[in-house]
Amino acid sequence: MRTTYENGVLTAFLDGEIDHDAAAKIRTRVDATAQSLKPRVLCLDFGGVGFMDSSGVGLVMGRYRAMKLMGGSLRVVNVPERLYRIFAMSGIEGLGVLR
Amino acid sequence: MKTLNEMKLSFPSKSQNEAFARAAVSAFIAPLDPTVGELSDLKTAVSEAVTNCVVHGYRRQGGEITINGKITEDRRVILKIRDKGVGIEDIKQAMEPLFTTAPDEERAGLGFAVMQSFCDKVRVSSKPGKGTSVTLEKRISHVR
Repeated sequence: MRTTYENGVLTAFLDGEIDHDAAAKIRTRVDATAQSLKPRVLCLDFGGVGFMDSSGVGLVMGRYRAMKLMGGSLRVVNVPERLYRIFAMSGIEGLGVLR
Repeated sequence: MKTLNEMKLSFPSKSQNEAFARAAVSAFIAPLDPTVGELSDLKTAVSEAVTNCVVHGYRRQGGEITINGKITEDRRVILKIRDKGVGIEDIKQAMEPLFTTAPDEERAGLGFAVMQSFCDKVRVSSKPGKGTSVTLEKRISHVR
């Protein structure tokens, strides 16, 4: 997973398959990076994700809460169309993080 | 209905086996030549069911997960995913969207909702202390 940091925005480029196993690893890495950089915005880029189950939703909800606690916000970008269905089921659209 | 093929899979309850289960089920249904969407739907449902065994059934204590697969003549894929874990007290509640007993693990509570949405049929049977079995059924379309 590649990350970039620019103008207070930490972007994590997620790739491969996001299941319960992968989500735990992503969460550890993203949280550690966010803790040290204290970004204004955390941006999760789903462009490279080929498969996702509901663990991806848990990952987004968890980062949403974590960023709120840090006084920042979350953005979710480049969600491939076929992954939208799970995000739609979760009601995550209501959080206003999906771009 | 005549059975065209069958398989049995057994593996320890480890989270890295979620990917293994998806790959094995994909290979099992490959002869039906499913669409990308159908394949993705089944993989997602299997991933949810196996994750439930790992996270809830065995509470990360380890145990055996089995998958019995069947393909029928009318192109139905039937997958029975079983654990011998703690079981579910209240199946109706467990199946409610957004209900989860593991919020600290960042579980969204969508597992059964996803299975139901991505399969034609989902059957759950469980006995507290004995384990849970989830049967997923999906028909793979014929013509492209």
